[in-house]
Parts: sequence; C-alpha cells; structure tokens
Amino acid sequence: MKEIKIFRRVGSFAENKDLAREIRIKELFPYVNNEKELILNFEKVESTTQSFIHALISDIIREKGVSVLDRLYFKNCNVTIQKIINIVTEYMQDKS
Amino acid sequence: MKIHLPNSAWIGNIDPFIRSFDTSNDGILEITSHKKWVSVHPVVLCMIAALGLFMRKKGAKVNFEQMEATSKHYLERIGLFELLEIDSEITVTPHESAGRFIPIKKIKNSEQLNDFIKEIIPLLHTEPEKVEPIKYIISELVRNVFEHAKSFEGAIVCAQYYKKSEIIRIGVVDIGVGIKYTISEHYSPKNDVEAIALALTPGITGTTRRIGGTGENAGAGLFFIKSLAKASRDFFMIYSGKGMYKLLRTPKEKDIKLIADPLKDHFSFDNELPFWRGTVVGIDLCLKKTFDFEKLLDLIRNVYRKGRKEQTKIRYRKPKFI
Repeated sequence: MKEIKIFRRVGSFAENKDLAREIRIKELFPYVNNEKELILNFEKVESTTQSFIHALISDIIREKGVSVLDRLYFKNCNVTIQKIINIVTEYMQDKS
Repeated sequence: MKIHLPNSAWIGNIDPFIRSFDTSNDGILEITSHKKWVSVHPVVLCMIAALGLFMRKKGAKVNFEQMEATSKHYLERIGLFELLEIDSEITVTPHESAGRFIPIKKIKNSEQLNDFIKEIIPLLHTEPEKVEPIKYIISELVRNVFEHAKSFEGAIVCAQYYKKSEIIRIGVVDIGVGIKYTISEHYSPKNDVEAIALALTPGITGTTRRIGGTGENAGAGLFFIKSLAKASRDFFMIYSGKGMYKLLRTPKEKDIKLIADPLKDHFSFDNELPFWRGTVVGIDLCLKKTFDFEKLLDLIRNVYRKGRKEQTKIRYRKPKFI
C-alpha cells in the first residue's frame, strides 16, 4: 500500500495549500483512480489547518464519492489533526 | 488622505479611529498622532503600514508627522517606520527587551509566510501549545489575502502578546479588492456588511456557489477564526469597503455557543464608514488554560453537523485512523 509522508513535504505545521494541492493532484488522484488503497502518514506533523486538509482531500471525496474514504487511511494523526480531518470529511458528505 | 493615530484604539473602541479616516485627496497621505500617548491594537498599525505602502506605490507623498508621544519607541520597535522607510529619528537603546510582539511584516508569498510562522514562535516567549491557534489564524488569514485580495503588497501582519493576561492581539490587513468584490462573483450582497456576513458563513466562498466550495476553498476559514475569538470570549473584527462587522465579547456568565449565521451572533456593524480599499481583520485571543483548541474543534464540528444533518439526514462515513 502506498504511503505518503506529509511531514516530508510540508513540515510540522501543515498549512501550505499549494503543496496540499500538489500532493492531491500528483499522488492522491492517480492512486485512488486505480482503486488502490493509500495511507496519508501524519507522523511528526504537529498541527494543520482546515484549509490544508480541505485542499488535500476534498476534491477526491467530491469526485470519487465518499466510498473513497474506505481506501484512504490517515495514520499517526494527533487528536487535533483527527478532529480537523473529521470536520472536512463530514462537510464534504453534505449534499449540495 | 489623512489618518490619525489616537490615544487609544483597540477593537472594542476602534470605531472613532476608523470614522476619522479621511479618504479625500488621494495624492497625499498625512499620518498624525496623539501628542501624549498612543496605545493601539496591532491591526491599527497594520492599517497605517498598508496604507503608507499603497500610497507610496501609487507615487503619492506620505507625510508622517514627527511623533511626540512617549510611546513612540514602541512604534519604532515594532517596525512601523522601518517598513514605511521613514527615518523616525527615534533611538531605541540596546538594553531594552525585545518585547513580546511580532513586528509588522509584509508577506507576499508562501515562502515568506512559512518563514514568518517559524519566526513567531520564539518571539512570543510562550509555550508551543499556546502558539498553535496563533499560527492557525495567521496562516488562514494571510492565505485568504493571497487567494482573494489581489493585493500588490500582499498581507501586512503584526501581533502583540500580553503575558500577564495571556492575550494575543493580531492584525492582518491588505489593500486589495475587498470582500464585496470577491463574494459578488457568485453572490449578490447589497452592501459591505452583507458581503462580510456571507464570507463568515461556513460553506460560502467567493470562488464558487457550490456548497463545500472548490478543491482549494471551503469557505470555512473565517468562520473558524471568528469561532476562536468567540471561544475565548474576545473581539473579532472585519472592515472592508464601507462596512465593519465586529463580534462582541461573550459575557463570562454566558455559555459559549457557536452560531453559523454571523448575523445571529452577538455583534455590531456599521455600513457607512470611510471606504477601505481591501480588508482589515483584527482579533483578540485569550490563551489562558480555559481556552482549549481541541474542544473548540468539537464545537465547530457540531455546528456544521447540526444544521446539515437536520436538513439532509445524511449518514456520515468515517475516516479510518490507524
């Protein structure tokens, strides 16, 4: 299973949306398009913003459907990061 | 144009300062100050700096009247004159402490923002967990400027931390297109306050009319920041165009309740202020032990869920944490 280490790309404060977008387009999309499972590893990431998490995963949920969450794993998230991911995944499941 | 640094201008009493801003004659900017003492919120200094930089860029003259107030040293140390490239003739003696403030800075891109966020931690001389919400606010607000403001000078940022009360006061200002212009691409606000209210509503962004936003914008950032101020029972203000929205303090005896609709919150507004070309955001945040960022995230989550679930009865699929 492919694993993306977020810290390596963005450091301990994951806030750079441009990098989140890059990860999403170049790495996340190709994998989920192939129905493969993927791990987003947040080891050493101390904090993040809602905007970063949104830029990282929202389009994937929107385009591939909520079932993509069955193939996407969030590893080593501290409580704050888990909470922000929960907020984003929930509002992305709200139907427009 | 004329702008006057008053004796006192904090978010709670900032209205007279803003009303006194004279926008006539944009060929010159005259900056004056109270003769005895100037005690102002960082957002006020950001406004002065942003305006000065903008006017100079336009080729207008910027006159900063020689300050007489004793507190002029603070303005020197916080970097106002340096940013405006004005020789203040104020000497700061080397033995003075560096202070617990983040000097005024112009941030124009992601790299500068990244560097700035790294720099602020030691400047505040406080515990890392208390810096978290500060980093969060600065990142979200500055990125809003990058993405929406179309500001040539980027974002002007400044903050001051008060150790005894554990209050941080932050200002982020731009001279850009303003909120009404941005939000009007997909909505039809009648005035600036209505535009600000839309920008504060979770799920609404200037980049699309689609609920949940685009891949890059959710329309949640300002709601998060307003919620941080609300959770710490403090002030939060946005001034853009002729409008200002100000979240007022929640009294101690009242429970904290986050409200998605900013117009149902405890707020004041003014729609007839001197026109500010761009957006001014100021926030106060008390970081005492009672402030719990994780608990706040639960509250935010509940506000989202409550409104949506009642309407759609969606069954949420859970992310898997391993």
